Amino acid sequence: FYLTPPQVNSILKANEYSFKVPEFDGKNVSSVLGFDSNQLPANAPIEDRRSAATCLQTRGMLLGVFDGHAGCACAQAVSERLFYYIAVSLLPHETLLEIENAVESGRALLPILQWHKHPNDYFSKEASKLYFSSLRTYWQELIDLNSGETTDVKEALINAFKRLDNDISLEAQVGDPNSFLNYLVLRVAFSGATACVAHVDGVDLHVANTGDSRAMLGVQEEDGSWSAVNLSYDHNAQNEREVKRVKTEHPKSEEKSLVKQDRLLGLLMPFRAFGDVKFKWSIELQKRVIESGPDQLNANEYTKFIPPNYHTPPYLTAEPEVIHHKLRPQDKFLVLATDGLWETMHRQDVARIVGEYLTGVHHQQPIAVGGYKVTLGQMHGLLAERRARISSVFEDQNAATHLIRHAVGNNEFGTVDHERLSKMLSLPEELARMYRDDITIIVVQFNSHVIGACQNEE
Amino acid sequence: AAGMFLRLLSDVRWQAANPKWRRMTGSRRSTSSTAEPHPVALPEQAQVVICGGGIMGTSVAYHLSKMGWKDIVLLEQGRLAAGTTRFSAGIVSTARHMSVELKMADYSNKLYQQLEQETGVSTGYVKTGSISLAQTQDRLISLKRIASSLNVMGIPCEIITPKQVAQLHPLINIHDLVGAMYVPEDALVSPANVSLALATAASRNGVQIHERTSVSHVAVQNGRVTGVETDRGQIRCQYFVNCAGQWAYELGHSGKEPVNIPLHACEHFYLLTHPLKEPLASDLPTVVDPDGRIYIRNWQGGILSGGFEKNPKPLFTEGRNQLEIHNLQEDWDHFEPLLSALLRRMPDLEALQIMQLVNCPESFTPDMRCIMGESPTVRGYFVLAGMNSAGISYGGGAGKYLAEWMVNGYPSENVWPLDLKRFGALQSSRTFLRHRVMEVMPLMYDLKVPRWDFQTGRQLRTSPLYDRLDAQGARWMEKHGFERVKYFVPPGKDLLDLDQSKTFYKPDWFDIVGSEVKCCKEAVCVIDMSSFTKFEISSTGDQALESLQYLFSNDLDVPVGHVVHTGMLNEKGGYENDCSIARLSKRSFFMISPTDQQVHCWAWLKNRLPDDSNLTMEDVTWKYTALNLIGPRAVDVLSELSYAPITPDHFPSLFCKEMSVGYANGIRVMSITHTGEPGFMLYIPIEYALHVYNEVMNMGQKYGIRNAGYYALRSLRIEKFFAFWGQDLDAFTTPMECGREFQVKLEKGMEFIGQETLLEQKQNGVYKRFTMFILEDHDTDMDLWPWWGEPIFRNGRYVGKTTSSAYSYTLERHVCLGFVQHFDEKTGEELVVTTDFVNQGEYEIDIAGQRFQAKAKLYPFSSLFTHRRRKDEMELSGYQGE
Repeated sequence: FYLTPPQVNSILKANEYSFKVPEFDGKNVSSVLGFDSNQLPANAPIEDRRSAATCLQTRGMLLGVFDGHAGCACAQAVSERLFYYIAVSLLPHETLLEIENAVESGRALLPILQWHKHPNDYFSKEASKLYFSSLRTYWQELIDLNSGETTDVKEALINAFKRLDNDISLEAQVGDPNSFLNYLVLRVAFSGATACVAHVDGVDLHVANTGDSRAMLGVQEEDGSWSAVNLSYDHNAQNEREVKRVKTEHPKSEEKSLVKQDRLLGLLMPFRAFGDVKFKWSIELQKRVIESGPDQLNANEYTKFIPPNYHTPPYLTAEPEVIHHKLRPQDKFLVLATDGLWETMHRQDVARIVGEYLTGVHHQQPIAVGGYKVTLGQMHGLLAERRARISSVFEDQNAATHLIRHAVGNNEFGTVDHERLSKMLSLPEELARMYRDDITIIVVQFNSHVIGACQNEE
Repeated sequence: AAGMFLRLLSDVRWQAANPKWRRMTGSRRSTSSTAEPHPVALPEQAQVVICGGGIMGTSVAYHLSKMGWKDIVLLEQGRLAAGTTRFSAGIVSTARHMSVELKMADYSNKLYQQLEQETGVSTGYVKTGSISLAQTQDRLISLKRIASSLNVMGIPCEIITPKQVAQLHPLINIHDLVGAMYVPEDALVSPANVSLALATAASRNGVQIHERTSVSHVAVQNGRVTGVETDRGQIRCQYFVNCAGQWAYELGHSGKEPVNIPLHACEHFYLLTHPLKEPLASDLPTVVDPDGRIYIRNWQGGILSGGFEKNPKPLFTEGRNQLEIHNLQEDWDHFEPLLSALLRRMPDLEALQIMQLVNCPESFTPDMRCIMGESPTVRGYFVLAGMNSAGISYGGGAGKYLAEWMVNGYPSENVWPLDLKRFGALQSSRTFLRHRVMEVMPLMYDLKVPRWDFQTGRQLRTSPLYDRLDAQGARWMEKHGFERVKYFVPPGKDLLDLDQSKTFYKPDWFDIVGSEVKCCKEAVCVIDMSSFTKFEISSTGDQALESLQYLFSNDLDVPVGHVVHTGMLNEKGGYENDCSIARLSKRSFFMISPTDQQVHCWAWLKNRLPDDSNLTMEDVTWKYTALNLIGPRAVDVLSELSYAPITPDHFPSLFCKEMSVGYANGIRVMSITHTGEPGFMLYIPIEYALHVYNEVMNMGQKYGIRNAGYYALRSLRIEKFFAFWGQDLDAFTTPMECGREFQVKLEKGMEFIGQETLLEQKQNGVYKRFTMFILEDHDTDMDLWPWWGEPIFRNGRYVGKTTSSAYSYTLERHVCLGFVQHFDEKTGEELVVTTDFVNQGEYEIDIAGQRFQAKAKLYPFSSLFTHRRRKDEMELSGYQGE
């Protein structure tokens, strides 16, 4: 069984999406040129999610990847809701008032976000009312709090993450009279999701990360080569600071049981996440919610199972770490990706492959005949071979697709091996997850001219 | 490697040069240092200064000196024949689509053939013949059309089978061929040596040649060339000739008074190989495989093969000065498709060893035709450049025509298709040129089908109605940068893709245009004709009238409000322009000319109108939108919109009135339609254009109004036997020859340009007659369509060529227009063409080798004029242009 190149392409390209920031009067005022995104499922259904949107009431663009576990419900909810929480956190007091008044008097609401979605990226219609009322409560509190201070992006991001996780938790505790919704909010709360979100506004790039997805900046050095700069820290057992943090938050007696086999309480890979109330609620609360919950929940062994050595919850938080970076002209692109990519590729290779793809430079030395004896036939063969090599690059119109092609199909020499690619993509559903994880990638391309101009102004 | 290459390709024989020149070349050899002294000082003054020592510059010098002009200086910034000429592939090919190009190439071939004998300089001339291959039936049709043209010009040429190809050339793989064209007299030359031979002959005739001398700019005073400024001092001169090749654009723009020479360089690649085991014979025919985009010639026992790829690489867009073209980078990856085509055509070459991939820039023009002639803005400034890779083929003929132009005031052939004045400043944007030449270069080997439009550099000049018309299904063509509607695709109807619509047969728009024509005949149509060139000429006293009476052949002293169709003739009575002039008042005239006359007509009038501040001429082309209301119901639409009586009594044919249309006042309405159909031209100040258009369309609804395009207009005018300038009429055609004596007032009481010739022709008769042919046994659905340039045969003998053609929906026949000549059967001498000669003959039109019977007519069908208004006055005009 063997997939032909067009079949491989149709699998790889099924979820690709590109967005170009529109130019005005030939002058691109955004520091973002656009982005390419794509995802390749290993789980069925895929548990990764992605989101991208432009803030309409403030400046800037939001992009994020979300890696779900124990189902996709939490990742789906976060991908729908988080950007609204961030946008609302960033809004000035007057705009919040305006929005609240509009809702109060039933007038049309100012649009807050312009989404850039692939047709497969869906929003759940049933929950929209519930989600909206939670969001409204949040901004009403913000209005009451009115600190009068200008909004700090870092703080806004942290608040939004924490608030959304809190709302997810609350909605599950309160429940919903509609049984479908009731089951939904419980599934959201009992599953989990990591989030890696970038906010770009002019030269200010903020990355808020919760969990083990990663943001990486592609930098072009003066000699044209590419290097990678991490803009997030993985929240997992490989991060010593993170292990230390967890240990300081719990009594010394639990030190040994907190991290086992590189997992939180021996169970969870990411050390921070949305949802996952099994690691956040007290045992009593969990039992009460499950008992009063629908039968499906009771029948689920996983939800009923209480982690071992569970003494001092919460063990898990959704609070992100935020890194602020001032963009420079040499910062050409940003890659946001779930751990499915980073498990298979080193960030340096990611930087090089994307960099060369975006600049169209394929470091192929020109041929010169010089004094050598070459026949027309030999030259013809050589040229055909070179063309075949280049065409693999031109096959992809999307940087994220190109990266996935490498991540899945790379051989030991770092070039795409079609046979390997074909094998990896034709694995049966139940086997796929053993060889690879869901991969979700967003590649954001920056406008160096705008960034250069902004720098000069400052 | 470049140095070696020069020696290989051009076996230079300096000893043949005259003494004056040899001293310089001697020093050239001794050292390449720039500190080298110049043994010969530049003269202070010369009659002519030629810039550029390539094939063009040396050919102009050669021909000028042959014609008796001796006071000539030729300046070359590097060395003679060191630019594009040196790297040229050296193929002399007469297989050309256009008659004037074909004649230039034929002359060049004959000139080069005897040049070695004349000058003693070896030119490497070998008569090899050439084979043009056809991989498709359409390509074969295209070749057959060329073959027909060559044959009637006396150039041997035949269409051959693939088997015959194999006999002529041992290496060709013929399995994918459907046929070929063989031209046995085509030749190969060493291009640099041809150039040096021409220089040698010119030098012997007294032309001074200075190498390593660059022209920095041309000095101009009062619109005339006065001298040139070089890096070695100044030379005063009356004439300057810009033969600077790909640097011609930059040189044209270096002076205070810019001269626009729209050309742009592209990289051009060809391959040189070592000799075959059994070296190829030097007289092996050159092979052109246009479907494979390549040419292949024998070269020193091996081959030289290049081509015109689909994705050309333009260069020097920002302009870059450099002395000589050094060998640019070889780009093998870029050459790969051409190499594949070569190995497919000649598989046995696989084992042949590569010598070099040569990269040499060539200059290309916006319409793939070369550029020659005098600048419209600077008198005495001549140009010959932009050869589109055919410099060697054209070199001799182009140099001859330009020399004749300078010495006699006009060349011996109609060169309007090549005239610099077909372009203006609007084609001189570097972005435009860069984009356009990327389309032009691949076009060299693309199939040339009728009614072909450029795709790049579009939507530059548009009517204010452009978007409205576009939304209604308009399909566009372009003339002089102006978008014009071809026809309107009705909603719900889809035409073929651009590529698929290329055909020599019945086109896919046939029925669409048919219904537009029908609407013009039976109801009313609107055609946006805003692209026409419009001038206003006025004066304080009688100066305008007096000047125009001298410049135009018809009588312009008509009552105010009359429109006159008239030629603007040259001294030989030929049409420089064909226009309609309305007398707006006693002292002001409104003149309408073909679209591409904007530059030429302006220059012609500027140079001839008296220098009088009380006489003004203004180009008002951009101020007016022109709508043509054609059809029997046009009068109803207009009268309802203006509340003015428009009956023939109030508004006879050939009248002009300012009136209101809808809310808009001051619309210039003329009772002409350029088709012979009843109707009106509306000249509308542009801000009213949309309003008037909307009013006309709304009001017209009840009369069945619809939009129409130029294809409908063309069909109408050709079936009415209307000639138009630039296609049927040119500087070598007089009104007497095209049945327009009635547009000439020989006795208008004052002298006018061309009068003598016309009087002479009136007495002695004419040597060609414009004739209308109706194809008899031609099946519109199945047979090849005529285009233009088809040979006409009378009683089996060649008598002339067609100039335009169209399908007449009224006659349900094809109509061709063309000229009939009378050659003496024995001597070939041209004889007077009488009405009897035309009428008493059996005619055939040759379309790609197939002859169709045709009926000749000297006068239009009267029965077609079913809707003729008023008296029998024929409204004759024709400059719709194509």
